[in-house]
Order: sequence, then structure tokens, then C-alpha cells
Amino acid sequence: MEDILYLFEQYPIFEGFWTNIQLAIWASIAAFIFGVVLALFRVSPVRSLSWLSAAFINVVRNTPLTVLVVMSVLVLWGQLQINMHSNFEMNFFILATIALSVYHAPFFAEAIRSGVNTVPVGQAEAARSIGLGFFPAARLIIFPQAIRGAITPIGNTLIALIKNTTVAAAASVTEASGVMKTMIEFNPNFMIAIFLIIAIGFSLIVIPVGLLTTWLSDKLAVTR
Amino acid sequence: MSNQYVLFDAPGPRAKRITRMLNVLVALGIIAIFVWIYQVLAEHGQMKPSLWWNAINFNAWSNYLLPGVQFTLQAAAIAVVTSVVFGLGFGFLRLAPFRVIRWVAMVIVEFFRAVPVLVLMVFLHFFFSQFLTSYIDPRNSAYYAVIVALTLYNGAVIAELVRSGVRSLPKGQREAALAVGMTATKSLRLVEVPQALVAMLPSLVSQFVIILKDSALGYIIGFAELLRYARHLGSGYGNILQAMVVGAIIFIVMNFVLVWVAQALSRRLSSRTSGSVEVGIPGMAQMAVVAPDDDEAPTATQAQAMINRNPSERE
Repeated sequence: MEDILYLFEQYPIFEGFWTNIQLAIWASIAAFIFGVVLALFRVSPVRSLSWLSAAFINVVRNTPLTVLVVMSVLVLWGQLQINMHSNFEMNFFILATIALSVYHAPFFAEAIRSGVNTVPVGQAEAARSIGLGFFPAARLIIFPQAIRGAITPIGNTLIALIKNTTVAAAASVTEASGVMKTMIEFNPNFMIAIFLIIAIGFSLIVIPVGLLTTWLSDKLAVTR
Repeated sequence: MSNQYVLFDAPGPRAKRITRMLNVLVALGIIAIFVWIYQVLAEHGQMKPSLWWNAINFNAWSNYLLPGVQFTLQAAAIAVVTSVVFGLGFGFLRLAPFRVIRWVAMVIVEFFRAVPVLVLMVFLHFFFSQFLTSYIDPRNSAYYAVIVALTLYNGAVIAELVRSGVRSLPKGQREAALAVGMTATKSLRLVEVPQALVAMLPSLVSQFVIILKDSALGYIIGFAELLRYARHLGSGYGNILQAMVVGAIIFIVMNFVLVWVAQALSRRLSSRTSGSVEVGIPGMAQMAVVAPDDDEAPTATQAQAMINRNPSERE
């Protein structure tokens, strides 16, 4: 037990997790906004817009996140000299956030689109028949139902994003998995305890998000 | 597309004109973006033909890209087989008639779904090179860590696919099996799981896309796969950008092939099961959600089912 406490005193475990949480917060905000734009493009009647969005979604979804993170550092920063911040660590943090946002935006877009797909056509037809135009129908009828249908897939994407923040280690951001690596390197005897600490830490972050998603989607479920 | 129907009326002449105009404008915008990217690359001297040629010539393929592809595919293929075995095993345990077994299997499955794959990989890498040196050559420990971590994580997801696949079958299947005198286990083994497997095949193939993508995590723990080889190629010939782009394209092409297989499968198999065959959104399946039964592919019908489902049906 003392050894475990020693680990907590000696190594920045909480700081590591805090980095993961910060990465997750910024990346999920950026990815969500980007994802909404992609989803709007995707469903728009303008052919080239929906083509652009579909192409982007399919390409990024099939690219490993590790490739994007490594590229953000080696290509954006290393080759094209794109500097995000004068502070070295901050620069890598921002580059990793950009890679995470780009990678998860298509997943948010598809989550939102699957939410729109849960709305039966009859809803839109009913809205038209009582005289609502495009924007009132979208705002009052389609969107409120679509967002409820999208809660579960959005929650799933969010959970994946939180876990994927560990890949920022490939951009030399010091986060929980990196802290774990250092801890095991210097205390190989407590390897399993260290792993469990990190694993439980992630569970403690991820499980409430999952529970919240389930609770919300139950609470806001549309009765049809 | 159905959602267009939901959102938009059939366009009249004016709307058609506007759409056509926007279409041309956006197309021009896309071309402008590509030109801009080209110019930025050219400014940094990245468009020299020699740099690109060095990333795709015979030397690049035979010494870097193909060996990289080989190791990536090798690790992914082994992980696919082992995770299906693991997933089937735990899927059965999740459905076992004894509550204790179900509960233990659930804890194990949920644990591996909640832990990031990279954390698992880093730990196994150290674990293998520290404790299993008599079985595993320490030089290969990264390779085995990649395979085992992918197996544990994706096996846990597949176990959930099996379970939700069985759950989504019509109740009559099980009732019919029991009525002709099968035991619960026999009905599971001979009637329910085979149909669930057919129904889940497309989602399963989507999961293979995730295994292939996640094998690139091996880069971080020092397993020499495609990404690592692409980087070597780039630093060897001073064309990091070009080598990375080529590496990424190879990954994308491999995954596209898998996605295409998944879609072809779902078209062919829908008549062979009483469950519903849906291609999952690749990547959607990787997420751990604690409670819902079917998290594998929140497609329209399933999301609908999720909404319609009575909460009391859940375990």
C-alpha cells in the first residue's frame, strides 16, 4: 500500500489524466463542430458538397489515428514548419488535438446523420401539410427528434475519443499512458498494480459518460 | 437518400437553378483548395518529382513498403483469428445459463472494452519482455503485445456483438428450438449463435477494419509495421511527407477493400438469417457503452429499436 502511495507521490498520475481530459474536451468540441458541418454538407442537395463530405468521411475513417497524429508532428510541424504555439509542449498538444479532431469529426458526422435517419418521413410530411416551411420544419420537427436519436452514437463517439486521447503519446504529449510507461520502466515490480491504476482511472472517466448517455437517451426517448 | 427526403421537398425550377449554381461554385472551391495545397507544398519544396518518385519506386516498395504491409497484415490477420476465438468464447459465456459465469464474463469483457488499447499494449509490451522471456524472445515482445492487446480489446467487442446478435433474433427461434426438445445450451449452439453469426458478419468485418487500423498503434511501442517502415523510408531519403502520404494511402486502400467486403457480405447474407443484417459504421463498433445491448452499429433501424425498447427488457 505504501508503495502505491509512493507511486502517486512520485509520478504525475493525475496530471497525466488531466492532460487526457483536456485533450478530450478540446478535441470533442472541435470534432463536434466539424462533424456538424460535415453532416450538413452530406445531406445537402448540392451534389458537390455532399460528394466532398462523403469523400472526406470515407478517407479519414479508414486512416489509422496513429498515422494522423504522427503526420501532424512529422509533416505539419516537421516538414511544413507550421508552428501552433511558441511553447514546445503546447505546440505538440495543439497538433495532437488537431489530429484527434480531424479523426473523430467523421464519426460525429455519421452519428448525427444516423440521428436524422431515425426521423420517419411522415414527420416531415406532417410538418409540410400544416404549412411549415423548410426552416421551421427543420427547427421544430426534425431537429428535436434527430438530436435524440443521435445521443447514443454521439456518446459512443465521445467515449472512443476519450480513450483515443492516449494516442497523443505518438506526438510526445505527456499523458496517462506515457506516465504509465515511465512508471513501469522505473518500477517493474509493481507493473500490474500500475497498469490497474491507469486502467481503473480510464474506467472512472469512461463509465460515467456511458451511463450519462444511456440515461439521456432513455429520458429523452421519442415515443413512436 | 432517405434523409434528403425528410429534409427537402422536391425542388422546383428556382431551387434547381440555385442548386446547380451552388454546385458549380463549390466545385470551383474544391479545385481552389487543391491548388492552394499544391502551392503550399511547392513553397516548401515538397513537390519535387524526385521526392515522390523515391517514395514509390522499386526500392521503396521492396525494402520498405511491402515489408511494412506484410508485418501490418500479419499482426492484423493473427489478431483477427484470435479475437474471433476470444469473442466467440466470451460471447457464449455471456449467454451461459449460470449467473456467476455470465457475471464474471461481463466484468472481463467490460474491463477490456473500457481500457484504451494503447494502455493495454504498453503494459503487455513490458510484461512480455520482463516476465515471459523464456517463452517470448524480448525482441519480439512488441509484436506479441500488439497481437494480444488487439485480441483482448476486439475480442471483448466481438463478444458483445455475439451477445447482441443472439438477443436481436426473434424470440420464436429459441422457443421453436426448445419446443423440439433441445436444451437451452443446444439451442444456443445449433440455432441461435449460427444465425447471429451470419447477422453479425458485416459488423464483424467492420471490426476487422478497426483491428487493421489499430495495429498501427504498434508504432508507438516500437513494433516495425507499415507506419514505422514508412517513417524509415522518409528519413532515409529525406521525403518524410511523401513516404507518410504513401503509407496512409496504403492503409486507406486496405481498409476500403475490407469495407467493400463487409457491404458485399451484408447484401448476400440477409436471406440466411432471421436477424437483421446491417453494415455497421466502421469505427462505431469500437466504443464501449456500459449498458445498452446493441452498441455495434447505431444505424437507423437499430437506433429506432433502441428508442422503442422498453427499459425493462435490459439486463
